[in-house]
Amino acid sequence: MSDVVIRAEGLGKKYIIGHAAARERYGTLRDAIAQRARNMVRSTVNLVHGRPNVPGDEFEAFWALRDVNFEVRRGDVIGIIGRNGAGKSTLLKILSRITEPTEGRVTIRGRVASLLEVGTGFHPELTGRENVFLNGAILGMTRAEIKRRFDEIVDFAGVERFLDTPVKRFSSGMYVRLAFAVAAHLEPEILIVDEVLAVGDTEFQRKCIGKMADVTNLGRTIIFVSHNLAAVEALCKHSLLLKAGRLEMTGGTTDVIQHYLSAARSSGDERGVLNDVPSELSLLQVEMLGPAGALVESVRSGEAMSFRLRFRNDSDVDLRDVNVAIGVKNPFGQVITMLESFFEGQVLTFESGETLIEFAWPRCPLSAGVYSLSVWVATRKLIICQATDVLSASVEAGDFYGTGAAPPSHINCVFSHFRVTAQSVADKVEA
Amino acid sequence: MRALRDAEVETNRSAERILVIEPGRSLQTYWLDLWRYRELFLILAWRDVAVRYKQTVIGVAWAVIRPFLTMVVFTVIFGRLAGLPSDGATPYPLLVFAGMLPWFLVATILNDAANSLVSNAQLIGKVYFPRLIIPGAAAVVALIDFAINLVIFFALMLWYGALPGWRILFLPIFAAMAVAASLGPALFLTALNVKYRDFRFIVPFVVQFGLYISPVGFSSAVVPDAWRLLYSLNPAVGVIDGFRWCLLGGQSQLYLPGFLLSLGVVLMLLWRGIVYFRRTEKSFADLI
Repeated sequence: MSDVVIRAEGLGKKYIIGHAAARERYGTLRDAIAQRARNMVRSTVNLVHGRPNVPGDEFEAFWALRDVNFEVRRGDVIGIIGRNGAGKSTLLKILSRITEPTEGRVTIRGRVASLLEVGTGFHPELTGRENVFLNGAILGMTRAEIKRRFDEIVDFAGVERFLDTPVKRFSSGMYVRLAFAVAAHLEPEILIVDEVLAVGDTEFQRKCIGKMADVTNLGRTIIFVSHNLAAVEALCKHSLLLKAGRLEMTGGTTDVIQHYLSAARSSGDERGVLNDVPSELSLLQVEMLGPAGALVESVRSGEAMSFRLRFRNDSDVDLRDVNVAIGVKNPFGQVITMLESFFEGQVLTFESGETLIEFAWPRCPLSAGVYSLSVWVATRKLIICQATDVLSASVEAGDFYGTGAAPPSHINCVFSHFRVTAQSVADKVEA
Repeated sequence: MRALRDAEVETNRSAERILVIEPGRSLQTYWLDLWRYRELFLILAWRDVAVRYKQTVIGVAWAVIRPFLTMVVFTVIFGRLAGLPSDGATPYPLLVFAGMLPWFLVATILNDAANSLVSNAQLIGKVYFPRLIIPGAAAVVALIDFAINLVIFFALMLWYGALPGWRILFLPIFAAMAVAASLGPALFLTALNVKYRDFRFIVPFVVQFGLYISPVGFSSAVVPDAWRLLYSLNPAVGVIDGFRWCLLGGQSQLYLPGFLLSLGVVLMLLWRGIVYFRRTEKSFADLI
């Protein structure tokens, strides 16, 4: 018996998508009516021939997945990463038999459970208890299995007091906790998990990752999709990278993530002079460098990185006693940290011609998100260069603290090193 | 912990099955799969029943009020105002109710099962199971309402002092025929509804129309003999006649050629419905 439990060969999935024809888009009322009539006739013809009804005038075949081959061995924990629209969800849907591939084949050995969403089929009118049974059955558990693990599930979710309340009265946190608790107690041989850890509060997320890690230790085969690269790195030994429906790379998770992040870099466009203040000093280029010192478009929290600024001094004299500053803004436009050469006690000099200045972070302290950089240069008397929002730096979730834990992805913040100490204060009440 | 490990070993041993996913490959084990998912079927049916009368004041009494009021109205309109004859010595309300029992069953299944896939779209997009379970579960809910109506009917018979006799033993067969008569078209409609939502508007119309062209408020004996066979092309005619024959204690006669024709139409529709449903099932998740 071979140890390959999932084998995908030449897997492809095609969708037909429709567009409105370009010339029809901004037509007159008369055109619009004519178009409606034409569409109605076409839909009716489709109906008669039993073809699916796709809106639009022009059609094109869109391959959500093409020519994907891979193997998964028993006990493997595989991560699937890729940008939105790379085909991750389509692949999972094929593996969990929700949709049929257009070409290729998959061979699966063993009982599969897929978890593409937390709380699938939860009915708002039913109580917590009833929903545990309903959801469990939907995910493929038998009634006996659910009964056996019922207490564990309720305990994990921490909603004992509300078991007989309809879930529509639950807080969203309780709802998600209960839903995940059911899913976490599935016992299939192969588990397929989509982006489900991105729910709930931080504490609960940590609990979920812990639970997932437990499950992986039991020797189950798991296929795991997430945008949370930190979680993928913590859980999966191997990963697949999908790009535009094709399998771009398979291998060790660290290598795949590295490749993914460096491939995400787009060609940096050269914009002449960046500063708003007319002066003899011009800012020519702002770049972000990854851990290997190469240009990247995104980095991960906790990685070595730097920003490189290229200036040109057009005058013949050196500019002395200069302070160069970078302001980092979060997506809401608030400056969350400033890097100034002055803070480091450096007094910079721009000689005539070009100068490169590099600000390096040994460990990128930004949490996942897209940040915007602004640059200022000042002499003792005046600002000689000001360039606002010259670079958008995208940061992917990474393991800054080396513990796999991170704040929820919607919080854009700065990490810092710290120590926690706990001391029990003896304050005994006398019996 | 011990028991847990044992259970795991057991699932490992029993479930080493190989699944091949390929385009156009219809699963040979489909019906076996349907059997494997029987618990899900039951729990979905239970869900629909549990949810049906939640947050209503009088709850399940709605299942009683609807047919009861319809019976009163039909008795007044067809029995009193139009003066149509009953079957033999049967009181007119009993005649109407015996016709309404299967009609409500058929109409409820047709309506609920036809909408069932679309109203469970979320489930279909996220989990695999044989989709036939969903309209099937809708039919179970209708059967529960049917059982309640049956109790009212027997109470009504006691009131009128009528007895059904030995023919009542055939009731389960006719009930099965009613389910088949509605499930066949419902499978068609629900599969079509996934692709073309037009059918959502067609179904209530068909049901409303059907109430008047089926012999619910009157006996099918009022239809002229020359037209009776043609009339029996409506599958509801055979079902309703069958119900009256077995419930009204020999007062209603069964028009056999018509009944067999209805039965043929029912089986034909059921077969075509299942075939169409099975053929389109695989694309539900993409189209819904």
